[in-house]
Amino acid sequence: MAGPEWAYTEKVKEHFMNPKNILVNEDEYEHDGKGVTGNVKCGDEMMVVIKVDAERGVITDCKWKTFGCASAIASTSVMSEMVKGMKLDDAYNLSAKEINKELGGLPDHKIHCSVLGDKALRLAINDYYRRHGMEEKVRQEEARVVCQCMGVTDQDIEHAVLEGARTFYELQEMTKIGTGCGGCKEEARELLEEYKEKHFCEA
Amino acid sequence: MAVRKIYMDNNATTPLHPEVRKAMSEAMDVYGNPSSLHDFGRGARQLVESARDRVASFIGAKPEEIVFVGSGSEANNAVLSIISCQSKACEHKYQGANEIITTKIEHPCILETSKCLNERGVDVLYLDVDEHGKIDIGQLEGMISERTRLVSVMMANNEIGTIQDIEAMARLVHKHGALFHTDAVQAVGKIPVDVRELDVDFLTLSGHKIYGPKGVGALYIRTGAPFCPLIRGGHQERGRRAGTENTLGIVGFGKALEMRSVEMEPEEKRLLELKALLRKGIEEKIPDVHFVGHPTDCLPGTLNVSFEGAEGEAILLYLDLEGIAVSTGSACATGSLDPSHVILATGLPMEWAHGSIRISMGRENTMEDVEYVLEVLPRVIERIREMSTVYTRS
Repeated sequence: MAGPEWAYTEKVKEHFMNPKNILVNEDEYEHDGKGVTGNVKCGDEMMVVIKVDAERGVITDCKWKTFGCASAIASTSVMSEMVKGMKLDDAYNLSAKEINKELGGLPDHKIHCSVLGDKALRLAINDYYRRHGMEEKVRQEEARVVCQCMGVTDQDIEHAVLEGARTFYELQEMTKIGTGCGGCKEEARELLEEYKEKHFCEA
Repeated sequence: MAVRKIYMDNNATTPLHPEVRKAMSEAMDVYGNPSSLHDFGRGARQLVESARDRVASFIGAKPEEIVFVGSGSEANNAVLSIISCQSKACEHKYQGANEIITTKIEHPCILETSKCLNERGVDVLYLDVDEHGKIDIGQLEGMISERTRLVSVMMANNEIGTIQDIEAMARLVHKHGALFHTDAVQAVGKIPVDVRELDVDFLTLSGHKIYGPKGVGALYIRTGAPFCPLIRGGHQERGRRAGTENTLGIVGFGKALEMRSVEMEPEEKRLLELKALLRKGIEEKIPDVHFVGHPTDCLPGTLNVSFEGAEGEAILLYLDLEGIAVSTGSACATGSLDPSHVILATGLPMEWAHGSIRISMGRENTMEDVEYVLEVLPRVIERIREMSTVYTRS
């Protein structure tokens, strides 16, 4: 007898039950780039390592480990399959939204758990460039201060959206943005819409 | 192959007791309004009142001290709301009351309501707990003052099972002229509860935690204690809770407590044995575990355990795939950022708190269930730790 539906799609369930490309023996695996992101204290941490065919600039293998929930496990598992054979540039641009689409979608409140994989992947790609003397190719994701009064950055806004902020009021509750002089409100509203679009609208 | 199904989430809710189901089935056609004077109404009234008698006698109260409500959360909301009532019709002594004391490990229905009271100008003080989840009565003694109007402390905690010394706290609070409330939804029907011995003014009960139906609870209000209804506009429940009585639910609730009066004691013993076996098995088969909750003053069927390097939601869902139902205090399971406020209040480090699961056993659990869990759980934890960035075998 089939039980009631999971909150997750069958594909999420499949990748959760049988995660692909787990890094089992870290010491024995020779990788070309490694990225670690998240923090156990916040509830999730992710490590992604890649092997690269230097001549073609293509990822040939991708393995990972995590302290994370079902969404983190499933989305990184599916991502590790997707990036094999992918050019470094394309892999760098792979968005969490595309990964979620491949998974058949995640519940809204779980999306913030699933963005760790691609974040760690970008760090791994940058690490590869650095280690192989291609500093000029390293892309920085530097935070830009939007609200000078309260010191809120664009990354803070994106983070708040992933944590559930949907209205400007909610964004303010979470970040205090625009509660000083208020000069940044318009830009903050635009960024809010942009990040909502980026992570939550149907691709 | 059919997956074996084992329910070990009895602190979340419980299956109906077969006798409760029977009593409710028999009452299904009693549709009269208990407030109606005719035969149909009187029939329903009789069922409601006999259930009230059972609830009252189970906790050593008088029937008129029992108010049926829609849930434990409603009862808790009703008690706290007395404090901020500005109505002229209300007990003037409590008007403009300025302070209440509660704890850091209460159910959200107390914590959220306290926050709301605070926004309405009531000061709220929170008691800490020690590593086992126990409140230090000395801290309460230092905190309480003539400004304190109400102290609310849960009798047994839903997540870690720790039982507080309610009687000592209530006596202390009364010495200072304040009211005392205890949320006892996890305690009543699992451990002995007597309102006279405990000397409380208000006590919250719930039906579905003790093999009764959902959607029904009760509030004990000591005779003479000030009260002001949360739901107004009807004479039901002596004007203390408006709304036509949930006859069917009340019948089931009464029956559930009747069954508890027979089954509670032997079950307590049985569950303690099962828990001891489960705990021993986990300790033997899985390294790097940490148990949260008081070693002795704890609900008999509740075991909260944390696994280093394994995330709680992942544990819960892998167990679910093997047919075992438990719950977790992990942030990921709730969609919030922080892990369980209860676990954190015990001082357990964040990285452990994210890996905690609550196993709560009940009357249907058997030795075979425990053995099955002990067969599956080590495998699940090992698997998660294999892919963990933070676990290194010690």
